[in-house]
Amino acid sequence: MTQSQPSPNDRHEPDSPKLEAQGITKLFPGVVANKEIDLALHKGEILALLGENGAGKSTLMNIIYGLYQPTEGQILVDGNVVEFHSPRDAIDLGIGMVHQHFQLVPVMSVVDNIMLGSESVDRGLLNRERVAAQIQELADRYNMPVDPNAIIEDLPVGVQQRVEILKALYRNADILILDEPTSVLTPQEIEGLFAVMELLRSQGKSIIFITHKLKEVLRIADRIAVLRRGEMVGEADPKTASQENLATLMVGRKVTLEVEKEPASAGDVLLELRAIEAFTDRGEQALRGVSLDVCAGEIVGVAGVQGNGQTELVEVITGLRPATAGSVLINGRNMTNAPPRRITEEGAICHVPEDRHMYGMVGAYSVADNLVLNSYYKPPFSSGLTMNQAEIAQHAEELVARFDVRTPSVNTSGASLSGGNQQKMVVAREFGRPISLLVAAQPTRGIDVGSIEFIHSQIVAKRDEGVAVLLVSNELDEIMALSDRIAVMFHGQISAVLPRSDATREKIGLLMAGVRADD
Amino acid sequence: MKNSPPVAVLQRIRSRYGTALLVALALVVMSIIVNMTPLKEQTWLRVLFGVSALNFTLRATVPLVLGALSGILCERSGIINIGIEGMMLAGAFGGFVAKTSTNHWPLVASLVFSVVVAMAIGGLMGAIHALFSIRFRMDQIISGTVIIILALGATSYLYNRDAIAEGKFSSIPIPGLAQIPVVGPVLFDNPPITYLALILVVVVHVGLFYTRWGLRTRAVGEHPRAADTVGINVNLYRYVNTTLGGMLAGLAGAFLVLEAVGQFQEGMTAGRGFISLAAMIFGNWTPFGALGAATLFGYTQALQNELLLAGVTQVPRQFISMLPYVVTIVAVSGLVGRVRPPAAEGKVYETEGSE
Amino acid sequence: MATAFPIASLQRVLRALFIPALALLAALLAGAIVMILSGDDPLAAYSGLFQGAFGDGKGWARTIRKTVPFILTGLSVALAFKVSLFNIGASGQFVIGSVFAVAVGVNFEGLPAFIHLPLALIAGIVGGMLWGAIPGFLKVYTGAHEVIVTIMLNYVASLFAGWTVYAGGTQGQTPGPLWDRTAGAISETQDVLASAQIPWLFGPPYRVHYGIFIALAAAILIWWLIFKTPLGFEMRTVGHNMRAASYAGIRVNFTIILTMALAGGLAGLAGGIETLGLNHKFAPEFGGAVGFDGITVALLGQTHPFGVLLAAFMFGALDGGAATMQFESGVPADIIQIIQALVLAFVAAPLIIRMIFRLRQQTQEEAASAVSTSWGGS
Repeated sequence: MTQSQPSPNDRHEPDSPKLEAQGITKLFPGVVANKEIDLALHKGEILALLGENGAGKSTLMNIIYGLYQPTEGQILVDGNVVEFHSPRDAIDLGIGMVHQHFQLVPVMSVVDNIMLGSESVDRGLLNRERVAAQIQELADRYNMPVDPNAIIEDLPVGVQQRVEILKALYRNADILILDEPTSVLTPQEIEGLFAVMELLRSQGKSIIFITHKLKEVLRIADRIAVLRRGEMVGEADPKTASQENLATLMVGRKVTLEVEKEPASAGDVLLELRAIEAFTDRGEQALRGVSLDVCAGEIVGVAGVQGNGQTELVEVITGLRPATAGSVLINGRNMTNAPPRRITEEGAICHVPEDRHMYGMVGAYSVADNLVLNSYYKPPFSSGLTMNQAEIAQHAEELVARFDVRTPSVNTSGASLSGGNQQKMVVAREFGRPISLLVAAQPTRGIDVGSIEFIHSQIVAKRDEGVAVLLVSNELDEIMALSDRIAVMFHGQISAVLPRSDATREKIGLLMAGVRADD
Repeated sequence: MKNSPPVAVLQRIRSRYGTALLVALALVVMSIIVNMTPLKEQTWLRVLFGVSALNFTLRATVPLVLGALSGILCERSGIINIGIEGMMLAGAFGGFVAKTSTNHWPLVASLVFSVVVAMAIGGLMGAIHALFSIRFRMDQIISGTVIIILALGATSYLYNRDAIAEGKFSSIPIPGLAQIPVVGPVLFDNPPITYLALILVVVVHVGLFYTRWGLRTRAVGEHPRAADTVGINVNLYRYVNTTLGGMLAGLAGAFLVLEAVGQFQEGMTAGRGFISLAAMIFGNWTPFGALGAATLFGYTQALQNELLLAGVTQVPRQFISMLPYVVTIVAVSGLVGRVRPPAAEGKVYETEGSE
Repeated sequence: MATAFPIASLQRVLRALFIPALALLAALLAGAIVMILSGDDPLAAYSGLFQGAFGDGKGWARTIRKTVPFILTGLSVALAFKVSLFNIGASGQFVIGSVFAVAVGVNFEGLPAFIHLPLALIAGIVGGMLWGAIPGFLKVYTGAHEVIVTIMLNYVASLFAGWTVYAGGTQGQTPGPLWDRTAGAISETQDVLASAQIPWLFGPPYRVHYGIFIALAAAILIWWLIFKTPLGFEMRTVGHNMRAASYAGIRVNFTIILTMALAGGLAGLAGGIETLGLNHKFAPEFGGAVGFDGITVALLGQTHPFGVLLAAFMFGALDGGAATMQFESGVPADIIQIIQALVLAFVAAPLIIRMIFRLRQQTQEEAASAVSTSWGGS
C-alpha cells in the first residue's frame, strides 16, 4: 500500500466510508487492468480519480458498479462487505454510474430510458405518466431541466448526460460515478455540470469523478486519487497540488504540458471550402454552408461539441460523403465530390480518420498490409496483375522504425497492437508519403500520453514543412495547444474563425454553445 | 407539419408502420367499394377485388404474418432469424406427425394437441437457433441457414409417405359479426388459427410497446449494453424471445398442415419463411406494419389463384407464380425506403468482464 | 513466404484442417445417433456409404462426378464470403446457368466443337453472372439485403427455368421455348448437340467428363485472384471493413457487384458443366440443391479455395455413396442431408466442436478468420 489515509477522523466505525474498495485486482487475458487497488469514498465528498487513457480507471469503476467481477479483493458499502453479480446488485445498494459512452437507447424516449430496468407497472402495463412526473420532480430539485417525452437521439449530448444523471438519481443513487463526464461538454456546460455536482454533494451524495484533465480535478475535487498502469500511485490534496506534479504522478515522468512550436509562416491558400452543405446518414442536414480556408504552413483547428457537423465536414473534404451544395478546392483544383482516390492522389492529401477501427485500419490485416491500405495498387507494391509481398514488407519495416510503431513484427495483425501503436501505424501510413494537405480528425483520441506527444510533434513538423493542416478535435485543450487559427463549428456552420492569440477558452466555449460573437 | 389532420395521421402511420399498411388498407377499402356497388359486375374488378380474392388473401396472409411476428420477436431482441422457413417447416411436420398419431382421438382434441406439438417443435428450433447464436457465437445468418437445412433434411428423412392426417380445422363463424356484408364472410367466418393470428398481432403490439417485457426486449435489441448496465439479463431475453419466435413460426407451420392443406408435403413452406422476413422489414419491425405487408404478399398469392381460376392463359402460369417472389424483391429494394433495423441485431453480446 | 518456411506453412495447413476434420467426424457421430434413435444401423449405413463412394471404379467415378458441381458452387459461396456477402443464391444461378448453356448447346448446329462448347460454357457463366449481379446491384443501390434477394431469385429462377421447358398445359397454355417437342407431356429440352458436349474422360458406364479439370482450374484461378492480386486485396478489404475500404479509395459498390457477378458466374458454370457434361439436357428436376450445399462446402472448406476442393470431395463422396447406402442398409438417403446440415452447424460454430472434444480456447487468429456476414451492419 503506497497511500496513507487522508484524514485521521475517518477511521472509526460510526463514520465508516460510504464506499470502500480493498485490494482490487482485475486480470484480463494477458493484461493486469487493476492491481491491488485500495480506495475509500466518504459521504458528501467528490473524489477525483485521475489517470491517463488505459490506466484502469474505467475497469475499476465497472467493478464497483458490478459489471465486472474482480479477480481479487472486495468492495464495502457502508462498512459491509458486498458482492456484486450484476449492476442490479450495485444499483440496489445505491450506486449509480454515468458511463463515458452514454448507456441510453437512442430511439427511445427519456421516460423509457430512465425507467428501463426499474419500470413502473400497473396491471401489466407501463405507467409512463407516473415516471414522467417523478422525472420532472428530480429535474426541478437538481436544476436539470429535460423533456421526459423527448427521444434521446434528438437531444444534444449535454442533455443526454443530464438524462444519465437523472437515471441514476431515479434509482435513488447515493454514490454517483461519473466517467469522463466533461469530454463532451463546452467549458460553460462543464461549469454547469460542476454546479450540479456541488448541489448533489451538498445533499449528501458521494461522487467519484473520473477524468484525465488536471484543471478540472483541481477545480472541483475534495480529494484526488491517481491511477497509473492499473496501480494506485498516490493521493493528492487539491489545495496543495499543482498541475505539474499531478501530471508527473499520472504519467510517471516529467511531461511538458505545452506543445513547443514556432510561430506559423502561412503560405498560399491550399484548401478552400465554399458554402458546403451535406446530410447525415439519417437524412438530416449536417452542414449548412461551411466556408473555410486553410493555408500552407498553418494549422487550423476546428473546435466544437461533437455532433455539430465536424465528422461530416471531414468526410466531404476527403470524398467519403457527397456535398449537396458548395465546393471543395484543393490546391486550386475543384475536388467537390471527387472519388476518394483522386482526392488522395491529385490533392496530395492525407487523412487521419476520427475512428481508426472504423475507417483507419483493417484489424485482421497485418501491420504491413495496413501500411499499404491506400497504396497497394501502385508500384512497387503492385506490378500489373500481382502484388509484391517483399516490397510491402520492406516498406513496412521502414515505416515501423521511422514512426516508432511498437509491434512484434510487421506480420502481426493490426488488431493486436495497443491503441497508441495502432494510431501511430495510421499516422505512419498517412505521413510517410509526400503530402500538401493533412486532415486530422481526433488524432489522439483514447491513446496514452507518450503517443499523444509523438503525434503532436509530428503534426507540428508537417506544418513546418509547409503542409496545410486541418485539425478537428473534441478536446479543446488539443485545439488550443496546436492551432494557429481556430474555427468553431456549431449546428453545421463555422460560427467564427479566430487567430490563436484572440482565442480564449471562454470565447470559444460560448461559440461552441451557439452564442454568436456579436451577441 | 401543417397538413390537415387526416393526412398527418396517414403520414404518422406510414413513418411508424411502413408504407405497406397503407397500401393494404387501400386494398381493403377498394374491395369493400367494389363488393358493395354494381362495380362487382365487372369481371376484372371481381377477379382483383372480389370476396373470393379477399378470402384467398387472408388464407395466404396468416402464415406470413405469423412468420413476420416470429421475426419481430427475435429481431427486436437482437437475434436475426433467417431460419423462420425451417422453423415453420419443422412445426408443420411436428403438427402432422402429432395429427397422424392421434387420428383416433376426437377431432378437436387431436387438432389442438397437434398445434401444441407444432409450436413446441418450432420453439425447440428457436431455442437451438438462440443457443447457436448466443452460446456458440455462430454468425446468426449462418445459424439460421443451419436451421433451414436441418429442417429440410430431418423432415424428409423422417417423413412417412403413407401417413395420412384425418381432418382439419373448419370455420367457426362468429355470430352476428359474420353477417356483416363483405367484411363478415372475409374476417369473421374463419378457422381458429386465423383468428389466433389476428389476435396475436394485437397482443405482440401491446406487449412490445406497453409492457415491461417489451421495453426490455427492445432495449436489448437496440443497445444491449445499456440494458446490461441497468441489470437486465441481455442473453436471457434473447433466449426467451427467440424461443417464443420459434413457437410462432411453428404455429404458422401448424396452420399450413392443420388448417390450410390438411396434409404435410416436403418443402411445403415454399419460401413463406423468407417472405415473412421481407414482410417484417417492410412493416418496419412492427406487428401492424407486418400485418399490412403480409396482406400485400398474401394478395399476390391470392391473385395467382384468382387469375388461374379466371382462366387467364395468355401469361404463362410460371410467370404468375413468380409474383410473390418478385414483389418481395421489389418491396425489400424499392418500396421500403429507409428502414431502421434494431441497432444491435446480429451482434453477439458479451460483457468484457466475463470469461 | 510459403517457400521460405515450409514447416511453418505445413503447420498452418494442418491447423486449418483441424476444426473441419473434427466437424465432419462429429457430424458422422451425430448422424449415427440419429440413425440409432430411428432404429437404423449406422455401421451398415456407413459401410454402405463407403462402399458406394470408394468401393470400386464406378464408386470413384460417382464421387468425382458429384464433386465437380460442389467445387464450383462451393467456390461461388466462398468467394462471396470473402467480401462478407452471403450468396444463398448459388442454386438459382446454377439453374439459370444450366438453361443458358443448354439454350446455346441445342442450337447452332454445324459449329465446330472447339467453338460451340466454349460458347455454351460461357453462356452458362454469363447467365449465372447476370443472376448474381442482380442482388449485388440491388444491395448497392437500394440497400436490399442479398440474402432475401438471392433466395427470392432462387424461386424465380426455378420457375423461369420450368417455363423454358414447359410442355404446355391442358388449358391451352403454350409450351416453353426450349421444350423438346418429341418429349410428349414431359417437360425437358432435347439433348445438346454433340459439338457442345463436354467429352468423357472415362465414358459410360463410368461417365466422368473433363469438367473436373475446369473445376480444378477455377479453384486455382480464384485462389490466385483472392490472395495474389490487387483486386483480391480490394475484395478482402471490403469484406473485412467496408468503411476502411472506401477510406482507402476502393470502389466498394463496384467490388460488391463484381463479386456477386463472379460468384454467380461460378455457380452458372457449375450448371453449364452439369448439363453439357453429364445430363446433356435440362429438366426442372436437375435443380439447384447443389447450390444450397455450396454454403456448407464453402464453410467446411473455411472459405479457402483449396479447402473448398477438399470439402467438395467429401460432399461428393457423401452424395456418391448415398444411393448404395440406402440400397444396402435400408437407411434412407435423406440422412445424408441431416449429416450435411450437422457439418454446417459444427463447422460454423467451432466452439461446439471445442466443447465436444474438450479443446482449449480458440486462438485470436481463428477468431479473426471466423466467417461473418453483413446483415444490417452498414
